[in-house]
Amino acid sequence: MHQIIKQILRTGIKTEAPPQPDDALRHEMQQINAQILHHVGRALAIRHVDAGSCNACELEIHCLNNAYYNIEGLGIHFVASPRHADMLLVTGPVSRHMEIALKRTYDATPDPKLVVALGDCGCDGGIFGESYASRGRIANVIPVDVAVPGCPPAPIAILQGILTAVSSRKVV
Amino acid sequence: MKLDDFTSTFPRLPGAMPVWHGSVSAEDLRALCEQVLHGGGKLVALWGSDETQANAHYALHVALVAAPGMLVLSLPIDHEKPAFPDLSDLFPAANRMQRSVTDMLGLHPVGASDQRKWLRHAAWPGKLYPLRKAFDSAGSFPLEEDGYAFVPVTGNGVHEIAVGPVHAGTIEPGHFRFSVVGERVLRLEERLGYKHKGIEKRFEDMTLQQGAKLAGRISGDSTVAYAWAYAQAVESVTGCTPPRRALWLRALLLELERMHNHLGDLGYLGNDAALVFGFAQFWILKEDLLRMNGEVFGHRYLMDRIIPGGVACDLDEAGLARITATLNHIEHEIAILKDIYDEHAGVQDRFLTTGRVMPELAARLGLTGMAGRASGQAWDARAQFPCVPYDQLDVRMATHRNGDVAARVIVRFEEIAESMRLIRLMLERMPVGDDLIAPLADAQEGVLGIGWVEGWRGEILVALHTGKNNSIQRLHAHDPSWQNWPVLEHAIMDNIVPDFPLINKSFNLSYSGVDL
Ligand code: SF4
Repeated sequence: MHQIIKQILRTGIKTEAPPQPDDALRHEMQQINAQILHHVGRALAIRHVDAGSCNACELEIHCLNNAYYNIEGLGIHFVASPRHADMLLVTGPVSRHMEIALKRTYDATPDPKLVVALGDCGCDGGIFGESYASRGRIANVIPVDVAVPGCPPAPIAILQGILTAVSSRKVV
Repeated sequence: MKLDDFTSTFPRLPGAMPVWHGSVSAEDLRALCEQVLHGGGKLVALWGSDETQANAHYALHVALVAAPGMLVLSLPIDHEKPAFPDLSDLFPAANRMQRSVTDMLGLHPVGASDQRKWLRHAAWPGKLYPLRKAFDSAGSFPLEEDGYAFVPVTGNGVHEIAVGPVHAGTIEPGHFRFSVVGERVLRLEERLGYKHKGIEKRFEDMTLQQGAKLAGRISGDSTVAYAWAYAQAVESVTGCTPPRRALWLRALLLELERMHNHLGDLGYLGNDAALVFGFAQFWILKEDLLRMNGEVFGHRYLMDRIIPGGVACDLDEAGLARITATLNHIEHEIAILKDIYDEHAGVQDRFLTTGRVMPELAARLGLTGMAGRASGQAWDARAQFPCVPYDQLDVRMATHRNGDVAARVIVRFEEIAESMRLIRLMLERMPVGDDLIAPLADAQEGVLGIGWVEGWRGEILVALHTGKNNSIQRLHAHDPSWQNWPVLEHAIMDNIVPDFPLINKSFNLSYSGVDL
């Protein structure tokens, strides 16, 4: 035990300052209301859905939980059920085999809900595009509030996308 | 045909790896497979192709590893009788591969005990085959009813737990069906294919150059291994030898990929054994490594750094110093963390004897790669069939015989240490030179190129069949997860349901890599 405590003390606090929301990422159709972030008075619960990614986008989501980004410290946590979620964080092009599961997950998420699409694949289908097996971008299957480009998007960009969506949230 | 005759009858393919390819009859196919099996060899991959545009045939291709290297056997299949002999009685791992050949090409394994669909769910009708040339890749069909006959388990007190495709954590989608009594798992049946996004068909619209980017996105955590295997295949069909410095840089990237994956897994394995401290510590180290990758090579996961002909990155003095410093730091921290893991009674209690795959079972089922090495399966292409630069580095293979979560943890620790040793040697001996890429000649039409790389999970294979004008006629990419997923079904037997996440993580298999 003392070895663990020693290592924790030696490691110190790694957490860095979080980024600001990025207006450029905001979905065109949305009302911009940067003030709302200020009013989110409780933790944000996110359900991640992999709709057909290559798995590198997931690797970057995992990194958000590391000590440098410490996403839980910002009051954002990942939950096991869409029924507990305020936001869906969706990766991949949507494979046709995940289409129904994604729609059901969306339907199971209580209103008002936010959807952040991740990665070039989530934004426009990426290199996989649309085909007999792929529906392409997330917005082809469920409504999307914010889409974050990158292949994969860096943790900071993902965090920014999440904050951008939250700050434009209409009902809290 | 005698196995020894194969390498003398058929030519060795050009390129970095020892690979022989030849066309065989159905009888010879089985006979050669039997000899490879009895000689202690293994099945690496099995795929089909549509050759009807060239010669009114389909073909089945089987890649095996035997003492001299890799043997690729091609069996022509008549379009009027689209069938091939079952190989799953010899190699159980062939089961899902054969079913995928049926789904994608309409070729049937004669006599196979399991002929259920595998990759096809609801996206296209059963009478259509996406990898046939006549299939319209842009076609979209109404979603079908997706029936699938899971194997029922009955008995007193048996009930089923169905999980997925959307899992509780941040992981890839798949479906697991547990049959349990109380907490004890009697049987697990996996159903995958949810991420099938038509990768192999997509390759057929691409040129050899364009395919590199897609190859690096088959399974993102193995992007370096896939990109290298793809590059090897292209270099084989174009007769290209990359500059030596490029080959050394490729190996450097591959070892960095191995390290970041192992570091991440060691963190999660601690986490799943209720030592959150382990997650916190290892993921700091993983982030340190990823940031170093980004700064030195321009991409945290090293995507698109390996391209056909060479590499798209270089290493200067500053980068070299940065890598050395990062490795020194990681090495120092890991020594402390390994002691903590080793001496933590709670962690060891969860790791030891959990999810055990004994060496005999591992051999019979074809368990491969890192997980195979933890169950006494001593295969590592870097050590046994070393290409440049591994041929000069004398790779020490990590093996263990216990086959439990603890063994897979130890192998990871040992492989990180070995990767660090290799990286330091590479930094020391890296050939100097300005050339990082060699020009590619035009590829011959209708030939096969093979890429074969020991990624962090196990061997990655890329089989490239060329078309006209440097196009891709057919591309099959093979992930070691094909072999290891069915073994996970055995590893969980008789364990308790709450240990599944731990056991699953100790294998950490790819979904994207096998769903294609
Ligand atoms: S955006 Fe890039 S990293 Fe993310 S799933 Fe697509 S290919 Fe993979």
